[in-house]
Amino acid sequence: MSSPLALDVADLSKKYGKRMALSHANFEVPMGSICGFVGPNGSGKTTTIRMLLGLITPTTGSGHVLGESITHPEKYLPRVGAMIEGPAFYPALTGLQNLTVLAKLGGFDVKSIQGLLDLVDLGDRGNSKYKTYSLGMKQRLGIAAALLPNPKLLVLDEPTNGLDPAGIQEVRNLLRKLADAGTTVFVSSHLLSEIEMISDHLVMLRLGKVIFSGKTSELLAKQQPVIVAVPEKVGDLEKLAQIAKSAGHDCKIIDNALHVSGSSDYSAKLNKAAFDAGIILESLTPVKASLEDTFFEMTGE
Amino acid sequence: MWNVFQAELVKLRRASLSLSTIAAVTFVTGLVTSLLFLLVDSPQGNGERGVRISRDVLALPSGASLSFSNSAGLLGIVALCIFAAQTAQEYTYGTLRNLLVRQPSRMKILLGKLGSMKLFAIAMVTLSATLAISLSYLLAGVKDISTSAWSTADARSALLRGFINVLLATIGYGIFGMILGLLFRSPISAISIGVIWNLIIEGLLSVFVKNIDRYFPGQLLSTVAVGGTDKISYQYALITSYSFLLGGLAVVAFLFKKRDVAN
Repeated sequence: MSSPLALDVADLSKKYGKRMALSHANFEVPMGSICGFVGPNGSGKTTTIRMLLGLITPTTGSGHVLGESITHPEKYLPRVGAMIEGPAFYPALTGLQNLTVLAKLGGFDVKSIQGLLDLVDLGDRGNSKYKTYSLGMKQRLGIAAALLPNPKLLVLDEPTNGLDPAGIQEVRNLLRKLADAGTTVFVSSHLLSEIEMISDHLVMLRLGKVIFSGKTSELLAKQQPVIVAVPEKVGDLEKLAQIAKSAGHDCKIIDNALHVSGSSDYSAKLNKAAFDAGIILESLTPVKASLEDTFFEMTGE
Repeated sequence: MWNVFQAELVKLRRASLSLSTIAAVTFVTGLVTSLLFLLVDSPQGNGERGVRISRDVLALPSGASLSFSNSAGLLGIVALCIFAAQTAQEYTYGTLRNLLVRQPSRMKILLGKLGSMKLFAIAMVTLSATLAISLSYLLAGVKDISTSAWSTADARSALLRGFINVLLATIGYGIFGMILGLLFRSPISAISIGVIWNLIIEGLLSVFVKNIDRYFPGQLLSTVAVGGTDKISYQYALITSYSFLLGGLAVVAFLFKKRDVAN
């Protein structure tokens, strides 16, 4: 039996005038997973998120959030936390007052606010006006606001924008903790290394179309690993490339190193062949394809 | 809707808005009351648009609440600015999307906002009435105007009528501001268009085009505030102005419900 779905989108499209912002998107996000939502700027990520949250109406197609149709956002939004297009709050109100506005609006317990401020490390700045916050603090307040409903699904649009490395790590740990506790996290980010580290699932967009949807491990497994060979003498690079090509491996020279497509099994064979040809290798490193490499390859960016 | 109402009150209670509103109401009421009493003998007039209000009229039971009724136009402008800003700021700050995620029913958002701002208007009008009456007693003493009729049952009845009329006018101006806020989605545009329309365009056109003031919301609301004039009856002013406003509100509510929230 398949696991229940937190998000399920079928043939979803949004057209603005003649421009197709999202075209016939299909993807599923299992409950309890962390799903990375990636794509170049203008690929339709925010449009998709807006439709999932009932802010804009799809041109065609359908979608379900926590089992409810996106045509009735009132049925699922009380269980959804969201930060869309960065944090947006009232500058003249304090962090605490801003969260109070949202807590009262959603009918949530205002007593939980201080705990949330502590959680995002704003416990001692809750009474400062929002306009005095740094970008990182604003971002953290946005995350606290998204957590107000104790959500079953958390939708975050670029949550690590403006955060320092320590802040990014804290957000990463927080998202992992929430997912372990059963919250589904749907997170868009341009920091692909971050997404790779935390996400179990991926939805990848390009020019308004879904080009991959599935497990992150499956996507990365599809990518050919690379062996990076650095000869002691730069002049041996061409000779080394001929050896790899004659063994049926694609290769290219990048910055005084030969990048050979192939699994780590080929490393030993390449080393021996190079030695037999009188080439001494300074280093020979098998490298697994990263999400970033995969992303650039798939999006053609 | 109750949740929206409560959430909106958190925003309306903020110190900067409360203090600036108190300052504006105090200034407007103080100015109109002072001019009414201190210029009572001036040949240039002491009322709105140079109208002369004599000592005898000020000594009537309605005298205590007269300055308050005369402040309604300017109080209305204050309300227009507040209602417009409170509505349009959701677009400029990008906070509308947060509100709609927490309360997807756009009509509830609109009605909750309107309800909370009406309460704010009641507070404004109550403050203005208190200031106007206190200052009237003070200035009547300075200008030797009799106040013996101001504590009669007729005076209390006139004050109650005046309060209701000024409140209706102030809320009407506020709704006008809210309509502009929803239409233009920018506080600066909504406020400047609202103020220019009410203070300049309506006034100028009323001078040049005969009887056109019978169809202008600002002019009609001013008439409501003073309980009707010789030219326009109270009933006509109330029904016509609120018909315009409710019609306008229905149109912008429809747009608000249907429009994509893309910022």
